[in-house]
Amino acid sequence: MSAAGSSPPVLELAGVTKTYRVKQGLFSKPKPLQAVGGVDLRIRKKDVLGLVGESGCGKSTLAKILLGLEAPTSGRVMVDGIEAAGQDRTLLARRIQPIFQDPYSSLNPRKSIEDIIALPLVVHKVGDSAGRAQAVSKMLDLVGLPQRVRRGYPNQLSGGQRQRVAIARALVMKPEIVICDEPTSALDVSVQSQILNLLGDLREELSLTYLFISHNLAVVEHLATRVAVMYLGRIVEEAPAADLFAEPRHPYTKALLASVLTPDPSMSVPDTHLGASYPNPIAPPGGCHFHPRCAAVRDICKTVPPPHVSSAEGHVDCHLYAERTQAA
Amino acid sequence: MARDIDTLAEEIQGPSPAAILRRRVFGHYGLLFGATALLVIVALAVLAPLLAGHDPYAQSLVARMKPPFWMEGSDPNHLLGTDHLGRDYLARLLYGARISLAIGLIAALISGLIGTTMGVAAGYFGGRVDLVVTFLVNVRLAMPVVLVALAVVAVLGGSLQVVIVVLGFLLWDRFAVVMRSSTLQVRGLEYVNAAKAIGCSTRRIILSEIMPNILNNLIVVMTLEMAHAILLEAALSFLGLGVQPPTPSWGLMISEGKQMMLFEPWVIAIPGVALFILVLAINLLGDGLRDITAPENRS
Amino acid sequence: MSEEPILAVEGLTIDIPMAQGTLHAVRGIDFELNRGETLCIVGESGSGKSLTSLAVMGLLPKRLECAARKLAFRGTELQGLPASAMRQLRGNRMAMIFQEPMTSLNPAYTIGDQLAEALLLHRRVSKAEARARAVELLGKVGITAAGSRLSQYPHQLSGGLRQRVMIAMALMCEPELVIADEPTTALDVTIQAQILRLLVDLQREMNMAMILVTHDLGVVARVADKVAVMYAGEVVEQGTAKEIFGHPSHPYTQGLLRCIPVPGRTKPGEHLGSIPGIVPSLIGKVEGCAFRTRCDLAESACAKPVPIHRTQGGHAWRCIHSRTKKADTERMPA
Repeated sequence: MSAAGSSPPVLELAGVTKTYRVKQGLFSKPKPLQAVGGVDLRIRKKDVLGLVGESGCGKSTLAKILLGLEAPTSGRVMVDGIEAAGQDRTLLARRIQPIFQDPYSSLNPRKSIEDIIALPLVVHKVGDSAGRAQAVSKMLDLVGLPQRVRRGYPNQLSGGQRQRVAIARALVMKPEIVICDEPTSALDVSVQSQILNLLGDLREELSLTYLFISHNLAVVEHLATRVAVMYLGRIVEEAPAADLFAEPRHPYTKALLASVLTPDPSMSVPDTHLGASYPNPIAPPGGCHFHPRCAAVRDICKTVPPPHVSSAEGHVDCHLYAERTQAA
Repeated sequence: MARDIDTLAEEIQGPSPAAILRRRVFGHYGLLFGATALLVIVALAVLAPLLAGHDPYAQSLVARMKPPFWMEGSDPNHLLGTDHLGRDYLARLLYGARISLAIGLIAALISGLIGTTMGVAAGYFGGRVDLVVTFLVNVRLAMPVVLVALAVVAVLGGSLQVVIVVLGFLLWDRFAVVMRSSTLQVRGLEYVNAAKAIGCSTRRIILSEIMPNILNNLIVVMTLEMAHAILLEAALSFLGLGVQPPTPSWGLMISEGKQMMLFEPWVIAIPGVALFILVLAINLLGDGLRDITAPENRS
Repeated sequence: MSEEPILAVEGLTIDIPMAQGTLHAVRGIDFELNRGETLCIVGESGSGKSLTSLAVMGLLPKRLECAARKLAFRGTELQGLPASAMRQLRGNRMAMIFQEPMTSLNPAYTIGDQLAEALLLHRRVSKAEARARAVELLGKVGITAAGSRLSQYPHQLSGGLRQRVMIAMALMCEPELVIADEPTTALDVTIQAQILRLLVDLQREMNMAMILVTHDLGVVARVADKVAVMYAGEVVEQGTAKEIFGHPSHPYTQGLLRCIPVPGRTKPGEHLGSIPGIVPSLIGKVEGCAFRTRCDLAESACAKPVPIHRTQGGHAWRCIHSRTKKADTERMPA
């Protein structure tokens, strides 16, 4: 949380891009779709980086790249300063583990809970069967599940219990980094808070680092130490969570924050001023990608890509702040 | 719309998969009938030497064309009578069941192995592998099974082994198609991604994450193709290009009885009914298996 | 209000026959809705909130058993109404907006055809008139270049646009009652705010009554006039939005409000409140307060039929405690 450079980043992305080729018609030539366009990110140990943005902004693609499920088109992913591309996927898997959104499809219905949690140990040949059984018991305690569920199957558990199983599976190899991709959005409100509390506790106990992907900004504010806002494949603003929520800088961040519905009956539904709908990522708008929806748009935004304005604590990609720094 | 109902049902701590399966099995009459009938037929075939009481190959010129027990002039020694060479019909029927079952099972296993390998590979790897498999399936579907089988048997000569191998190498198309689409469906689920992120090898992902979840479809296709193979064997044998005499095959029994058909209809009715019951039993079993292994309702 | 309520529901029950017994999914709920009012039904999965809205529309699957002392739309009892009469009401005077716009729009027909359908069905209008009305409504729901959208198919539109089309479709015949079942759950936050704002504006403009079914307390607070909190098939608390959020009186409502992080009120990183346990099985006979298994104020009296407390303002809750001690401490900072 302190200034950059105080501790080396445990996870670092440098200029990561991912381009898909999309065929639109039967005979048309495939067109490039840049899902992730030059992302630089540094996550330090025990940080919780909240990654927010609308669907289609590339946050899930970024998560897949980090998990080794997709290869970046260009750029580097470094874990503890070592480039991930050169490493075996199994080595990466020991350090980075995912928690997925839908606890109904993320657990194999034909396997017992014990087998699901022990699978990473089996794959990485850790311990003997007695040791694994012990590790499973420990994980069940850790995530707050009764021991009797170990012989059960996913269909016997509630959504919240399944998500606890998914968390146990992710943590059994003692990874350093956990990618949480919308871990609570498929859950009921009362269960969601239990899972958020659990994730917070586990981070303290195990010194975990989270990349927390969510569209629920209230949840991100609650858990994140830093926040990165993504729009059309780029990170348009990144800052410590407290700063970003207190003083959002990018117009898109402002609009996102304005659209959070706090349970306050004295207020009505806000107007986000985001007129046009999300642009087509195959043909992104020129200049600043956000300009067609921006409330503070100027002429320069339509033609010139926004500058990267760094500050001590983060950055914002926006013409508004470039002028201010130049003037100063 | 059914969403709320399903989530309601699911909040209740459910029974284990085994308990659900048990409940479904005993609530499915088609499945129970099919399974029982098939079990009886298998038991009869296995125990044929004990039950038959006669050598199915032993001819007797004095005891030719004895009628079965429900007709006048029947011989208590030959419950289902004898054929035109005086061979005991019950013994030939029981030993014939062995042939039918063996052909159905082995042909379905061979074609299942070929088709599943191709289908799972196509579904999992996609891209070029998928293109090649889809092409092969199309080529195979363009070939009329009976004609190709006839041609091959005509060239190689008919025998039990040839018929099994020919059918095994012809009936894999449905396996490939069904396994491909099942794999495609399961491949997109998050537990497969989770397994990849854990660092599982492709082999482990296919064998322990994907296969158990598409096994139900495989079993269903397996029963269908088994019935298919049994009928095809009967047809080939009837045409004289399948199992060769004097081997007791049901198709052959019908074929040999066809000259007698107008005077002694039981000669073809008995193997015909046996064939009908066997195929019906297998199909009912397959249908039932499909019903009871269908995934739980949930969105 | 001397005017007859748009919708009056009394003692609505919905039973689902299942292999293990009857599941009492909705167990005797009452509410009333007047012209121009918005009622939010809030609850978690399995609370019966969606079933309730389907029951009002007469869209419950046939195998479910639905009964009520009263289920009246503008004084007309809907139970036992012939199917043809129900069809006359549906899509015409009462309309529904579903959660998933992609599955509730027919992919084989153009937007224009689907918009015009309800109008052609219920009103004596020409195709040209129906088309004109469709263009007008698409404009109203904020779709630009409405004329050219008419010939497009659902898959050509984004999720937000599809939901706008769904809303336009529901409003074609100027219904008196609109039921929206989680209309924004599948959408991004920014789009959610836009769609909700649109719904609220249109509702005021057309003076419709609206039932909004949701699990999102933020949406409820911002949109509702009246709130009904459902738990395990019962309305456990009912009142105005101000009362529900200002003086939540049922332990479940209080628990729910403690569960959600609220920027500015909950401290980042601190533990959120939670409701331990799971929803009880509703199969077989259900007696007493269904929430008692998860309630830290539960007493032996909770297993018996629970009284309903009412204040003069119409705030009602179903609990043995007249007003729990926690209610006062949980008051929102003004």
